[in-house]
Amino acid sequence: MDQSTEATRRVVSDHDYYPDALLRRVLASVRTIAMVGASPDWNRPSSFAMAYLQIKGYRVIPVNARAAGQLINGERCYATLADIPQAETGPIDMVDIFRNSAAAGPIVDQAIAIGAKVVWMQLGVRNDEAAARAEAAGLTVIMNRCPKIEWGRLHGELSWGGFNSRIITSKRRRLVER
Amino acid sequence: MSPKPRQPGFETRAVHAGTPPDPVTGARAMPIYQTTAYVFDDVEHAAALFNLSTFGYIYSRLTNPTVAALEERIASLEDGRGATACASGHAAQLVAFFALMRPGDHFVAARRLYGGSITQFGRTFAKFDWHVSFVDVDEPQNVRAALTPRSKAIFVESLANPGGTVTDLEPIAAIAREAGIPLIVDNTLASPYLCQPFDWGADIIVHSTTKFLAGHGNSMGGAIVDSGRFDWSASDKFPALAAPEPAYHGLRFHETFGDMALVLHTKAVGLRDLGPALSPTNAFLTLTGIETLPLRMQRHVENTQAVAEWLERHPRVAWVSYAGLKSSRYHGLAKKYLPRGAGAVLTFGAAGGYEAGIKLVEACELFSHLANIGDTRSLILHPASTTHRQLSDEQRLAAGAGPDVVRLSVGIESVDDLIADLDQALKAAS
Repeated sequence: MDQSTEATRRVVSDHDYYPDALLRRVLASVRTIAMVGASPDWNRPSSFAMAYLQIKGYRVIPVNARAAGQLINGERCYATLADIPQAETGPIDMVDIFRNSAAAGPIVDQAIAIGAKVVWMQLGVRNDEAAARAEAAGLTVIMNRCPKIEWGRLHGELSWGGFNSRIITSKRRRLVER
Repeated sequence: MSPKPRQPGFETRAVHAGTPPDPVTGARAMPIYQTTAYVFDDVEHAAALFNLSTFGYIYSRLTNPTVAALEERIASLEDGRGATACASGHAAQLVAFFALMRPGDHFVAARRLYGGSITQFGRTFAKFDWHVSFVDVDEPQNVRAALTPRSKAIFVESLANPGGTVTDLEPIAAIAREAGIPLIVDNTLASPYLCQPFDWGADIIVHSTTKFLAGHGNSMGGAIVDSGRFDWSASDKFPALAAPEPAYHGLRFHETFGDMALVLHTKAVGLRDLGPALSPTNAFLTLTGIETLPLRMQRHVENTQAVAEWLERHPRVAWVSYAGLKSSRYHGLAKKYLPRGAGAVLTFGAAGGYEAGIKLVEACELFSHLANIGDTRSLILHPASTTHRQLSDEQRLAAGAGPDVVRLSVGIESVDDLIADLDQALKAAS
């Protein structure tokens, strides 16, 4: 693969399988996440993911037209990605999409427009055409995964529940605050 | 789906999966976390744990670090999404069915099962208004014929106890898929080293880890392993996983946790309310046992094959049932589903029937007369008078535990000594 430009370096060659090193790099590089489809209802899957990512130190900005203006987990919700005042929130590093695969297409285009570096589509969400557009624009794209589950898996927390992390190592895991 | 990414070999996972060095102390062996409870950082952290919105430990009835390490190791060896360990194999079966069944529901089970499972399913489960039909799974059509609209699972043993019979998993998995219900495979006798039920379409695997996994006859335990592939929301058959759960404020396990739903339900509801948690010390002993599972299973099947072939030639032996023998009607299935060997449990009939069987068992000096299998030590039992005693004559015959049947669990001792002991006992019994 041509690694001469930033854009090609970010292209993921296989969207069925992401190496752990790539997921670690993505999760370590982002600080502020816009979560599209975040729900004000605390027992929805998006709320579980949002609360967990907040505990792990990420700032999560909810995006949901039906909840615009409301506070979700302490953060103001915006109707669209373009509505997020990045001058106040700081730059949006990653857009996490809790919508169906078809709806993900235009959201990816908005993510490119607001200058996000990563687009992450949740479990069950995959849009290869939109992913190709994002990668062409230099973004890294992860699809059909959950950042909460991947963070937990890579940091040993999924193992606490008896899940198969597929991680075999003789190295001591670094302790993470919280 | 693309091919699975390459993962370390079975032997490597048997030693390492679930047990990286302890992050606090660097301890290389898995510590025994002999604790009942775990401190919360603050009230908010406690609330997040109780709401299942973050991962972590609350109370060892639900999860414990040593137990979790064992769960991950077994899940890795079966190539599943995750596992839940229980106090025994029977507890694992109870907790697994508890996630699937409502009063009035039904499941179909092979009629050749461990006698204790036949009693648990047929008698004790009936007290929960759970119903079972036992069928001869040698003819997979029998399974389909026994299904009802209330059927919630199909249950078989990959390698069936006590008789050395192999279940044809693939067509039964197809019937389960067609019916929209999970296939549960008890993989205890085979162990994941000999058989990989998820490769053949099983959805859930249960184990008595007491047997070959722990391997040394010193620790009770059980496990439920989930493939993570079953779609619990595809029908209204599985409300515990697909409908709102009142105790967790209307959370839907499958919607919220996806392929982790069953494993979390078996802990957050099953272990929470039924209570059969595995002790951390037993988890530690089982983890240690599993490290040598591949080595032990190789010796187990090598010894068993030799003992079976010797018995088959013995003039005082009427018949031998072991799928590793060419004479077995299950030999072809064994080659398909258990290519590394047909297990270490076999049955045979001593010439002279019930009386000869009892005398033979009592005459053994090296084989231990007890009700267990999968020990390093060789074990002998007369099922009709022990493990299958609580069944009717008809059920015993159907289960492969007729009056003349003697069951061996062949250990890893010197095979010449095992043969010599059986030889003297056969002489004494005649």
